[in-house]
Amino acid sequence: MKKKLSFRTVDILLILLMVVPLAAGMLLKVLTEPASEGLTIAGARIFFTVPMPLQNMPITESQINTWLVMLSILGLCLFLTHGIASDKRTARQMIAEWAVEQCEKLVKQNMEHDVFAGYGPFVAAIMALSVCSSLLTLIGLYPPTSDLNIVGGWALLVFILIMKNKLKAGPVHYLKSLVDPIPVMAPMNIIGEFATPISMSFRHYGNVLSGSVISALVAWALGNLTSKLLGWLPGFLGEIPFLQIGLPAVLSLYFDLFSGCMQAFIFAMLTMLYVSGGYPAEELMNRLSKKAKPNPAQ
Amino acid sequence: MLELAIGIILGCCALGAGCAMIAGIGPGIGEGNAVAKACEAIGRQPESRGAVTTTMIMGCAIAETTGLYALIIAILLIFLAPNQLVNVLLRALGR
Repeated sequence: MKKKLSFRTVDILLILLMVVPLAAGMLLKVLTEPASEGLTIAGARIFFTVPMPLQNMPITESQINTWLVMLSILGLCLFLTHGIASDKRTARQMIAEWAVEQCEKLVKQNMEHDVFAGYGPFVAAIMALSVCSSLLTLIGLYPPTSDLNIVGGWALLVFILIMKNKLKAGPVHYLKSLVDPIPVMAPMNIIGEFATPISMSFRHYGNVLSGSVISALVAWALGNLTSKLLGWLPGFLGEIPFLQIGLPAVLSLYFDLFSGCMQAFIFAMLTMLYVSGGYPAEELMNRLSKKAKPNPAQ
Repeated sequence: MLELAIGIILGCCALGAGCAMIAGIGPGIGEGNAVAKACEAIGRQPESRGAVTTTMIMGCAIAETTGLYALIIAILLIFLAPNQLVNVLLRALGR
């Protein structure tokens, strides 16, 4: 079976769409990164600001990296689903089907109600974006997830979804649930409502940020230690930071790989739990049964 | 005098960061408890390993949040607060 030339061309274009954004990000970083001496820990660099009526909008490194990651994931998805067919199976189709099935299974496990059958794509999108953003550190880019604004945006989306599901049984029922055990608890409940997105975003951002800060501190300390211990070596040998080779990679294994994937998983799990937990299934069931009751009596 | 004031600001920022990280004790104990109980549960019912592990990781993540709040405050105190506070001081002195 020979594939057509046009099919091949589209394939190559999609692979390019996958790889080029990341390469462009690295190139941008190399070209615009200011030279720095010693230890500098700063937030995302601001490339330029767009004037807006209320407040100027800065376009930062984290926004640009997020867009690059989104383009890359789009390329990956299009590549995996290119030439998909029901009668013949290719390797990439198997991978795509496996990913979709896993995601549907996860959503089904954690959001049992039938209303949430369509939440798979949203959860998968958040998880993929989060994992790929955190893993950007592996190619030396600034991870957008260590910026509170990006993660806060995702948490805001989740908050809107939670509120939408809580209001499914009408605003009166929602207000009643705020004063649930006793009316004195109302302020605590209201704070609890707003604490959900804040704690979600802080957890994700704090984990990634602390990982990068600790990695930077350790790398800097190892560089200093080398210059103290091995500075007596002759010539250029004394300037090579021997201890910086390999040792920070062990930390990176935990902070970048493990922590990044774990936080993405936790963010997605919490999204599912909060959204499905907010749905007033019991109240709706009660209403349905109340509606159904008068009929047999008549 | 100005050097003394700036020194006090820097020292207190470092002290504050150190004190903030005392909060690390709480998540440590909490997560240790959670993992210990999860190990017991898996030992009792090895077939429920997957569900117990997932629940444990979720619990650990939620318990970790308080520690992360403290960590964020400590990072801000070390890397951000000294500059800001010294700027405030200099502005108050009219320099």
